[in-house]
Amino acid sequence: MNFYGYKRADGRAGIRNHVLILPTCACGSETARIVASQVRGAVNIIFNTGCSDVAANTALSQKVLTGFACNPNVFGVVIIGLGCETVPHDKLRDKIKAMTSKPVVSFGIQEEGGTLKTIAKAVRAARDLSATASLQQKESCDISELLLGIECGGSDATSGIASNPAVGKLSDKLVDLGASTLMSESIEWIGGEHVLAKRAATAELHNQIIQICANYEAHLKAAGQDCRAGQPTPGNKLGGLSTIDEKSLGCIRKGGTRPIVEVLNQAERPTKRGAIVMDTAGYDISSVTSMAAAGCNAIIFTTGRGTPTGNAIVPVLKVTANAQTYSWMEDNIDVDLSGIIDGALTIDGAGDLLLDKVQDVCNGRLTKAEAYGFSDVAVDHVCRFV
Amino acid sequence: MTNAILLDDKDNVATCTAAAKAGDMIQVLGGGSVRCVEDIPIWHKVALKDIAKGDKVFKYGEIIGEAAADIAKGAWVSHENIFSVPRDYESEMIK
Repeated sequence: MNFYGYKRADGRAGIRNHVLILPTCACGSETARIVASQVRGAVNIIFNTGCSDVAANTALSQKVLTGFACNPNVFGVVIIGLGCETVPHDKLRDKIKAMTSKPVVSFGIQEEGGTLKTIAKAVRAARDLSATASLQQKESCDISELLLGIECGGSDATSGIASNPAVGKLSDKLVDLGASTLMSESIEWIGGEHVLAKRAATAELHNQIIQICANYEAHLKAAGQDCRAGQPTPGNKLGGLSTIDEKSLGCIRKGGTRPIVEVLNQAERPTKRGAIVMDTAGYDISSVTSMAAAGCNAIIFTTGRGTPTGNAIVPVLKVTANAQTYSWMEDNIDVDLSGIIDGALTIDGAGDLLLDKVQDVCNGRLTKAEAYGFSDVAVDHVCRFV
Repeated sequence: MTNAILLDDKDNVATCTAAAKAGDMIQVLGGGSVRCVEDIPIWHKVALKDIAKGDKVFKYGEIIGEAAADIAKGAWVSHENIFSVPRDYESEMIK
C-alpha cells in the first residue's frame, strides 16, 4: 500500500508541505499568527509558554518546538522570538538546524524594533519558503513511512465498545503493513495497565508501562493531587463511564493487539517501527501536541461526545460510533462508525474502512479540523495535566 | 432486538444501547435479559445481578471499580454507586 507524500532529506515522508511560523514563546505568538495569515502555505501555532519557567518545563517546551519543526509534514520554519525569553530565536534555530537540514530562519521582535518590522521581514521569508515548497512534487511512498498517532477524547461508552476497537484493528493492519502507530494518554492506561502491559514485546517494556502509571499517580500525589479527581471527566460520566478504570480499559483498545516495541517519553521521536506507546496526559490537546512533536504524520481521534480538536501541522481524523453524536456534530467528525453498534459493520470491516480513510488523508484529503484551520496546542508541565 | 451489550462472560454489568425505563425488559446481547428497576440513560450500565456494597464490578472481564452501596439487579450502575480502587502496581511487575 502506498501514498503520495513529500520525501524529506532524513528519509521520512511528509503528507503535507507546510511552512511553519513558530513562536519561541507566548510573546511571539501573535506576531507569528499575523505572519501566517499573510502567506498562503504557512501555518502557525499559538504557544502559551517558553518564558519564566522552571527547567523541566523549558525542557519539554523545547522538545515540542524542535519536534514540530522537525515533523516531516513541515517543509521549512520561520521562528519568531521576542529577545528575553528562556531560549531565544537564534538558539532555537541552531538547535533545529542541528536536527534537520530543512530551511530555518528566525527573527527577534526586540532586535527588529517591534512587531511591524518583524512581520515585514518574516512575511518575506515565509513567502520565499512557501514559493520553494510549492515546487516540491509528491512522490510515491510506501505506507511503512507512516507514523499514525492514536488519540481518543470526549469519550463515552461507545468509544471503548466500538470506535476504539475499530481503530485498534486499523493499528494492527498498519503494523502488519510495516507502518508504525503511536498511542499515548498514559493516565488513561490506569486500571487497564496490566492488560496493556501484556502486549509488551519484552519484560522491560512491560515493567516500563506499569512504572509510568505508578509514577503518574505518585507524581500527582506528591503535589497533593489525586488523578481520580480529574478522571473521568464530567462528560465521560454523562456518557456512561464511571471510573478511570472503566475509561482506561476502553481507551487502551484503540492501540490494537500487536506487540509494543517501544515505550517513549513525552514528545520523543520513535527509534523503532511497529506499535509504540508514549507517556502523556489524557488531556487531548496536550497529548496530540506531544504526538505531533514526536513526528506523527497523521492522527486518528475517536470520540463519543464529539470534539473539534485539530493540529496546525498534523491532520486529525475524527471518528465516532455514537450515531447521535455523528448526526449532531457531523461538521466536526469525519467518519461514522455507528454501524458497529447496529451490527451493520464488523470491527474488521471498520478497520478496512479506516485504512482507506487514512490513506486518503495521506494523499492530501483535508480532514474537517484541518479544513477549518484548527491549530490547538498545549504543552504539559511539571505538575502534569491528567 | 437487543438493547444492551455484555462484553465478557465475567461481567456483572451490561452497557445499554438504548435508554431504558423502570420496568422495561432489557435484552442483553450475549447475556439473556434483565428487568430494569429504574430509568437508565443510553450508554450507561445496568446491573445483571445483585451487587453488594464492597463487591467488585466487572466490565471487559476486568475490574472497573467497587460498589459503594448495595446495587440491585436491574439497577443503574454509575459513578454515583461505584468507585475506583488504587492499583497495586508492584504486584504487576515482572520480576
